[in-house]
Amino acid sequence: MKKKSWKSIPEGGIITTPGNSLKFKTGDWKTHYPEWNKEKCIQCLRCHFLCPEGAIKVKNGKVVGIDLDYCKGCGICADECPVKAIVMKKVGENGSD
Amino acid sequence: MGVIKKAMTGADAAAEAMRQINPDVVAAYPITPQTPIMHRFAQFVAEGKVKTEFVTVESEHSAMSACVGAATAGGRVMTATSANGLALMFEIVYIAASNRLPIVMNVVNRALSGPINIHCDHSDSMACRDSGWIQLYSENAEEVYENNLIAIKLAERVNMPVMVCQDGFITSHSVESMRVLDDASVRRFIGQYKPKHYLLDVEHPITSGPFDFYDYYFEHKRQQIEAMTKVIPAFYEIVDELGKLMGKHYETVEEYYLADAEFVVVSLNSTAGTVKHTVDELRKQGKRVGALKIRLFRPFPREDIAKYLRGKKAVAVLDRAATFGHVAPLYHEIRSALYEFPDKPRVVSYIYGLGGRDVNLGHITKVFNELESGTAQEENYLGVRDEDEP
Amino acid sequence: MNLKQLASKEERFVSGHRLCPGCAAPIIVRLTLKAIKQAVVVATATGCLEVSSTIFPYTSWRVPWIHNAFENAAATISGVEACYRALKRQGKIRKEIKFVAFGGDGGTYDIGLQSLSGALERGHDFLYVCYDNEAYMNTGIQRSSATPMGAWTNTSQVGSAQLGKKEHMKDLTSIVAAHNIPYVAQATPANYLDLMRKVEKGVSIKGPAFINVLSPCPRGWRFPHNKTIKIAQLAVDTCFWPLYEVENGVYKINFDPGKNKKPIREWILSQGRYKHLWKNRGFIREIQEFVDRRWERLKQLSSMG
Repeated sequence: MKKKSWKSIPEGGIITTPGNSLKFKTGDWKTHYPEWNKEKCIQCLRCHFLCPEGAIKVKNGKVVGIDLDYCKGCGICADECPVKAIVMKKVGENGSD
Repeated sequence: MGVIKKAMTGADAAAEAMRQINPDVVAAYPITPQTPIMHRFAQFVAEGKVKTEFVTVESEHSAMSACVGAATAGGRVMTATSANGLALMFEIVYIAASNRLPIVMNVVNRALSGPINIHCDHSDSMACRDSGWIQLYSENAEEVYENNLIAIKLAERVNMPVMVCQDGFITSHSVESMRVLDDASVRRFIGQYKPKHYLLDVEHPITSGPFDFYDYYFEHKRQQIEAMTKVIPAFYEIVDELGKLMGKHYETVEEYYLADAEFVVVSLNSTAGTVKHTVDELRKQGKRVGALKIRLFRPFPREDIAKYLRGKKAVAVLDRAATFGHVAPLYHEIRSALYEFPDKPRVVSYIYGLGGRDVNLGHITKVFNELESGTAQEENYLGVRDEDEP
Repeated sequence: MNLKQLASKEERFVSGHRLCPGCAAPIIVRLTLKAIKQAVVVATATGCLEVSSTIFPYTSWRVPWIHNAFENAAATISGVEACYRALKRQGKIRKEIKFVAFGGDGGTYDIGLQSLSGALERGHDFLYVCYDNEAYMNTGIQRSSATPMGAWTNTSQVGSAQLGKKEHMKDLTSIVAAHNIPYVAQATPANYLDLMRKVEKGVSIKGPAFINVLSPCPRGWRFPHNKTIKIAQLAVDTCFWPLYEVENGVYKINFDPGKNKKPIREWILSQGRYKHLWKNRGFIREIQEFVDRRWERLKQLSSMG
């Protein structure tokens, strides 16, 4: 994001663009990334509720994928998955990010 | 209707202005000599004369914190304090200013501890002179009242908080004859408050008070410095309007017999009354003396001050506060305002009245005499005991 | 509570925040905001959560949010809530809005305790959520009054003269309960259904509500960042951090491990901050006795209801 001058930022230090941290990708922090196996997944949604990043995407009540743009690779999802539908892989392996 | 004569203390004058302003939220904590403002205002709350949420917090720190919350939420917000109370809220005083919140706070000037003392001096509000608040000083109860009305309008015009200062006990607890406006006139004068961004506008969420690294802090401060330059023009617009209602003329400073004066005493708050009285007495003796009262101290109206003081023979600046390790604050700033002018007068400092020490006509006469005779030192003390009593 | 619906709701606290991997605080925030159906305004005390979620010009908050200072989240939200009441009474606002304050243990147990106590006593209609990571993590892991006995921090060091923190932690939940407010609870992110139910209850009750949520910190507690939830669960299973609530003065234990209550040794062995105590049976026994004493007292209180 290009930095603004004092003349064009809002008064009083407020931010008027709610949720714009989505522009700040934290995905490059990780050394390991989660790999989700759709077939094994029992859709208990546990990983979604326990993800610190909100990176486990849910649509119509079902997990649809993991947003690696934000996933920091903590591994909570893999550790908490009751059926091992998520496993952690080292970044760089298998050509993945 | 229009202007009504009343007898009121300075504290009651502040509370009366607050009743008429009818803020959405008042958060305050007891401290002498501010308490009579809140006693009176609590009575207004109890009688249903205001629509205010009166938040009786557990400390001044929480008072200013709640004010910041309420002002960010979108309300018209007021409070009051003195001395140690102001010192306790100091951290949030800065935050209120940097968040550009139009909070109005009555500061009933009292000496800061230690030693603990409940009487008047200006060490409390002077400690906040770099906080980003606008500061108005009041000579008497009527000015307390007027300054509150100016403050609320000014704060909302420039998005900055305002302190309205008055002398503890001397002004706050003394009954004076004064004039107020009728409620409807005040309502029309201050108008409705409509903030651009506010927290309770849940359809347009804002993040207030975020974290700045070195890449934005300076820009936010630069913006705040710029905002202060808009205050004096806004002040004049507002006081012209008030002047029409009150039948008075207001400036950032008030000159008294300065047209032909050679010797001038500069002061803040109630002492200005004593100085003017002294000028009256000395004028009867044919002395060419005058007075300058500073009403708006932040931002410092240096152009107005220079206009009145240039070409005078000598000026004494009275400070009811000390700066340890350098000259007193008002003196420092007056000298600085005159520095660039070749026709600047001699300017000397008098520190007086700390912790409520009395200042009277005799003291001010002495100051004028020393100015005239050239015996004043650069830094002088008025009324301090230099020797043990015999 | 419908889990599928809750999971499908738009996030009110979004990605791109810069809290550490495995931090429990954002889990607690996400769960709290998910459980609130109404419009909500949030205040946050200075701390990890605040500095990491609002680095100008970015914000992770999609709801109106205010940070004022470290010690005054409760006083700040009380001002916001007072303003809401004033504007609502004047008909300037019609919408129902809920108010939530988040503070860490430093901002809640220590420097903000007075502000919290004042706001609770005044009866403001708000929910205060303490994310308790048991030390000053934002400033670099210093002991707070929430730090448990024996834990290493940078100001409760381990050496020949001292084995970590010398004092037991303060029982803040009980202190808050002593204010006789309508709702007080303890929770953890591991028990997320329980936490969300407590949040829902906290905001539905009129008046102040307080939830103390254990917030395991991989960095400060010295454990791998995928174990945050396991450790939170261990706190519950050992009764180090019992799940309970106090509704209008009535105590209720939400989970009693009964015979499956795990020894505190397991809790201690799970974290590097206790490393110096791993083989210190005397110390472990002392902490076990402390935990047992508190658990028994809690059982007594809940049986009185």
